[in-house]
Amino acid sequence: MSDLLQFLLSGLTVGAVYALLALGFTIIFNASGVVNFAQGEFVMLGGMATAFGIAAGLPVPLAALLAILGTAALGVALNALAIAPARGAPVVSLIIITIGAAIFLQGAAGLLFDKQIHRYPGFSGEAALRILGATILPQSLWVIAGATLTFALLWLFFSRTLTGKAVLATANNPLAASLVGINTRAIMALSFGLSAAIGAVAGLLVTPITMTAYNTGVALALSGFAAAMLGGLGSPLGALVGGLLLGVLEALTAGYVSSQYKDAVSFILIILVLTFLPQGLLGRKSTDRV
Amino acid sequence: MSALLDISDLGIAFGGIKAVDGVSFAVRPGEIVSVIGPNGAGKTTLFNMISGLYRPSQGQVRLDGRDITAMEPHLLARLGLSRTFQNLQLFGDMTLLENVMVGHHLRERAHVLPDLFALSSSRRSTRASADNALALLRRVRLDKGAYREARAMSYGALKRLEIARALALEPRILLLDEPAAGCNAVETAEIDELIAEVAASGVAILLVEHDMKLVMKISAHIVVLDHGRKIAEGAPAEVARDPQVIAAYLGQHGQDQVLHAER
Ligand SMILES: Nc1ncnc2c1ncn2[C@@H]1O[C@H](COP(=O)(O)OP(=O)(O)OP(=O)(O)O)[C@@H](O)[C@H]1O
Ligand SMILES: [Mg+2]
Repeated sequence: MSDLLQFLLSGLTVGAVYALLALGFTIIFNASGVVNFAQGEFVMLGGMATAFGIAAGLPVPLAALLAILGTAALGVALNALAIAPARGAPVVSLIIITIGAAIFLQGAAGLLFDKQIHRYPGFSGEAALRILGATILPQSLWVIAGATLTFALLWLFFSRTLTGKAVLATANNPLAASLVGINTRAIMALSFGLSAAIGAVAGLLVTPITMTAYNTGVALALSGFAAAMLGGLGSPLGALVGGLLLGVLEALTAGYVSSQYKDAVSFILIILVLTFLPQGLLGRKSTDRV
Repeated sequence: MSALLDISDLGIAFGGIKAVDGVSFAVRPGEIVSVIGPNGAGKTTLFNMISGLYRPSQGQVRLDGRDITAMEPHLLARLGLSRTFQNLQLFGDMTLLENVMVGHHLRERAHVLPDLFALSSSRRSTRASADNALALLRRVRLDKGAYREARAMSYGALKRLEIARALALEPRILLLDEPAAGCNAVETAEIDELIAEVAASGVAILLVEHDMKLVMKISAHIVVLDHGRKIAEGAPAEVARDPQVIAAYLGQHGQDQVLHAER
């Protein structure tokens, strides 16, 4: 019983990070139809920049804020320099551009920061808390709370604000959106900035637990992409469900079977879901678009 | 009254073939001008240039004297130019009401923070916007389906929804690309009435339509395109008698319809 709880807790922590990654994929996918494989680099950059800020003597909140803003700016720049100029190119070309951008960002991080492994102390100390026989790091609570807050704020943004609705309208039909006066290029820039910021938040929250280095982005992007596909690419709620499900499943496999099989099991699940539900668990059919 | 929309020598080529070639004409406020011509004549292409989707290879578009050639569609919307599509461009995931409210959003001011926390000021403006959208839906007789998703509606209903959304922008000039295509006789008559009503309120209308009866009845002025060129223009009766127009487009059948409409 306490084993199960233990696995669930660690699964939820990892799952919250996957959910944030999947959310980043979903936002950019909705705005542009592009699957952005540089999403994992944003997570890496959030962690690395915070680590270096703290090492340079900045207070943690300031280091975190600068990491988020800097990464968001990089997201906007990625769109302006690499994606927007190729507008109208086939989506496959755009996806290859994002892979190129991921490799570039990884190399640049290796040069600008360094090639060491980094971490910093958890925000509320390192002493594990005990819950019903299981233990949890206070930083895990930070990760889960941070992801919850991010999803809640985003939900408010999309459902309450005019700008959020403009993003949804652009996702639904970019041509119609521009005709009703929505600046769809600005929406693209906003989406890249937002996704990058969300990635950075995930990275700076989880680094005290998982540590980070310049080359951790690719594996993160693959897991986040898998979570997004599982939940249904394009659905924010799907990102949440897909991320948490994948995290918990990995943790259960690692706990009850072997950590060697954790990736295999999640990919088998994804193949099953996509075979029987090609749109993912919560995705919507894209064929019946008006 | 001087021209609101002024098209001069407008043209575009696709792979060396001129889809529209040196077309000029003008539309005054409150006036209904129709563009007619056989399939592939270049009518939609002309609309795509005026509305900023295609960059013309020659010529100019002026709105109220200001050069708006190849200006981006979202800026044109702000200047009061709005359009509908031959093959519909709607937000299928949204309800009819939301579709029209998106059109109305230009009239609202965006305040992210008050919206986020649902302050009364933003709730008030959302309510006003919803009321306005509902009134527009009533005008195109779609108010009963206001809360249904657009993707679930019939083609004829969506045609009218697109007009309502275009009107929500409170345009000064409205471009309608075959608004009555695929509609039954009753719906066509309703659209006809709606267009006349909108024009009477001072909005200039540029219309592409294959239903000759409708065109002849409501247009003040008709521009005839064939193979991308303007082959005639003038009042409906004039155009209908033009031998070139009859040869290119109207044919015996069309002329019968015209005479019928004139009676
Ligand atoms: N993007 C494009 N690329 C290449 N050719 C195009 C493009 N858009 C239009 N054309 C060509 O331009 C010509 C005019 O087409 P257009 O759609 O404007 O005709 P139309 O008058 O609207 O016809 P219809 O009555 O069938 O709607 C056609 O030969 C069409 O194939
Ligand atoms: Mg056409």
